[in-house]
Amino acid sequence: MTETEQAEKPIIRVRGLVKRFGTHVVHDGVDLDVRRGEIIGIVGGSGTGKSVLLHQIVGLLKPDAGQIEVFGQSVRDTSDEEYRDLRRRWGVMFQDGALFSSLTVRQNVEVPMKEQLDLPDDLRKTLAGIKVRMVGLPDSAQGTYPSDLSGGMRKRAGFARAISLDPEIVFLDEPTAGLDPIGAAAFDTLIGRLQAALGLTVFMVTHDLDSLHAICDRIAVLAEKKVLAVGTMAEMLEVDHPWVREYFHGPRARAALATTDKTDKTDKDEMR
Amino acid sequence: MSRQGPDKDTVPPGIEVTDGRVVLSGDLLIGDVADLSRDLQDAQSVDIEQVGRMDTAGAWFILDLAAQIGGPDASAPISGASDVQTLLLDTVRENMPGADAAPDAWPSLTDRIEMIGRKAHDAWRSTVEITGFLGQIVAALAGLVIHPRRLRLTSLVHHMQEVGWNAVPIVALMAFLIGIVLAFQGSSQLRQFGAEVFVVDLIAISILRELGILLTAIIIAGRSGSAFTAAIGSMKMREEVDAMRTLGLDPVQILVVPRVLALIFTLPFLGLIADISGLVGGALMSWIELGVSPGVFQARLVADVNIWQFAVGIIKAPFFALIIGVIGCYEGLKVGGNAESLGRLTSTSVVVSIFLVIVADAMFSVFFALVGV
Repeated sequence: MTETEQAEKPIIRVRGLVKRFGTHVVHDGVDLDVRRGEIIGIVGGSGTGKSVLLHQIVGLLKPDAGQIEVFGQSVRDTSDEEYRDLRRRWGVMFQDGALFSSLTVRQNVEVPMKEQLDLPDDLRKTLAGIKVRMVGLPDSAQGTYPSDLSGGMRKRAGFARAISLDPEIVFLDEPTAGLDPIGAAAFDTLIGRLQAALGLTVFMVTHDLDSLHAICDRIAVLAEKKVLAVGTMAEMLEVDHPWVREYFHGPRARAALATTDKTDKTDKDEMR
Repeated sequence: MSRQGPDKDTVPPGIEVTDGRVVLSGDLLIGDVADLSRDLQDAQSVDIEQVGRMDTAGAWFILDLAAQIGGPDASAPISGASDVQTLLLDTVRENMPGADAAPDAWPSLTDRIEMIGRKAHDAWRSTVEITGFLGQIVAALAGLVIHPRRLRLTSLVHHMQEVGWNAVPIVALMAFLIGIVLAFQGSSQLRQFGAEVFVVDLIAISILRELGILLTAIIIAGRSGSAFTAAIGSMKMREEVDAMRTLGLDPVQILVVPRVLALIFTLPFLGLIADISGLVGGALMSWIELGVSPGVFQARLVADVNIWQFAVGIIKAPFFALIIGVIGCYEGLKVGGNAESLGRLTSTSVVVSIFLVIVADAMFSVFFALVGV
């Protein structure tokens, strides 16, 4: 497979996805392509099923109809064996980190390695230590239990666990929600840097307009039970739909746009 | 290959030494680096031009190799890295763990002795705390006498149904079976002396005085004490208890008092039910096994068993209820931020309340012996 072919073929392909909870229809015909190596931000109002979409892509929820392919392989009908291999090639970070509370931070990062690979103890500890440092946690945090960490540190530790096996795709559920602006900006930079260094594809559910401006290559808007629009920030600003306009032209959006516009370009070039 | 890689066409990694250079080739991925040989002879530099894909573990391996060649001070030069690889190498290099990363230490002897001291101190402190908590509850109850309208009646009734009414089947069944067991075992022993008819006294006294209420209390500790800890503990975890305090609501008044009162009100009745069904079970088994008809059983029961035998059992019930309720709620309020502490404290709550119930029962035995009933 040549480079261009690989780039053109979407790494995640969602077609005609339908999801109902009882009589409540969350998704009705969701189509979405995610390209290899991009950072895609999923936005949408509360209850539009952003997290539900993420859960379906990683196989935690079964869709009622439609197709989801990751790495060209259907997530819905895989054998346990295939699913195991698939899982190894992606990492998921949940909203509050979802760290295992009985394990220390480093042990949390070691879990996927233990589960999937047969590594010598020393090597596993070293690699987990590198991952913990990569996400910007101090060495002292390695032996700490999740309950003793602040919210921001828990998110970082969750991210470290998600990238534990150098996955090709990282799913992030609201990575910057609940962080202070400085912490959120640092997290954005971190995602951008690691994305460049590790060649990650990042699938990010977020409400943070600053993140969207700063690091997302493309944005997908979930509304009216489907993906309403996909495109770059500039394209989003052109979309003529009341909710999308409200979202990207609201006072908060304008403020975010004003502050990041100047720095956006240079930041990104440096990262690459 | 151990890595079921993305394209299944992973090139196995290779390492060889030529002209004083370590030449790495193939894909350096996390599953493989541990198995690569490190026979470096007299190499001076690392060449990674032929390396295909590389992940963090691969980058670490290259850096570690370079450090091994170059000695402790200076790592050997690495050549042939592409831009992306350089970026990854730099990222990993910045984040290499320091040599002083402390290993997980085993506790020494003094640490262990210290631990015993700490445990003893903790035990003493929690005794003091439980006493304090009991005081808070008594104060809240006294407050209720002055302002009866503060009592959460709905909550009280709800908990009475939960801990009392819903526990009736299990308590009745348990006591019925205990009655059967006592009659069966007692008859086989007493038959040796030809004293079968005393089985009635045996059953009546052991069930009424001790077993009925004690086993009921143990079941309720396992059933409701654990439920109290888990319910209050998860409220604590989700900061509901803190929210109550900020709204000026007293958690003791709202969460603890209705639960403790519900137990105090219902446990005597559960004890009564246990007594009755235990006697029924005993009578049934005596009839089947010894031919003691229900009429005879009843006559002997009325003739031989003092009302105090029954009263001794029931008097203990509210005290057991208080112990179970206080311990269950106290452990619940002690739950911290993580799920593990909830589980640990729930089991602590059950173990401690059963233990204290038995201790209290022993003290009651001594007390009743002294006063002569």
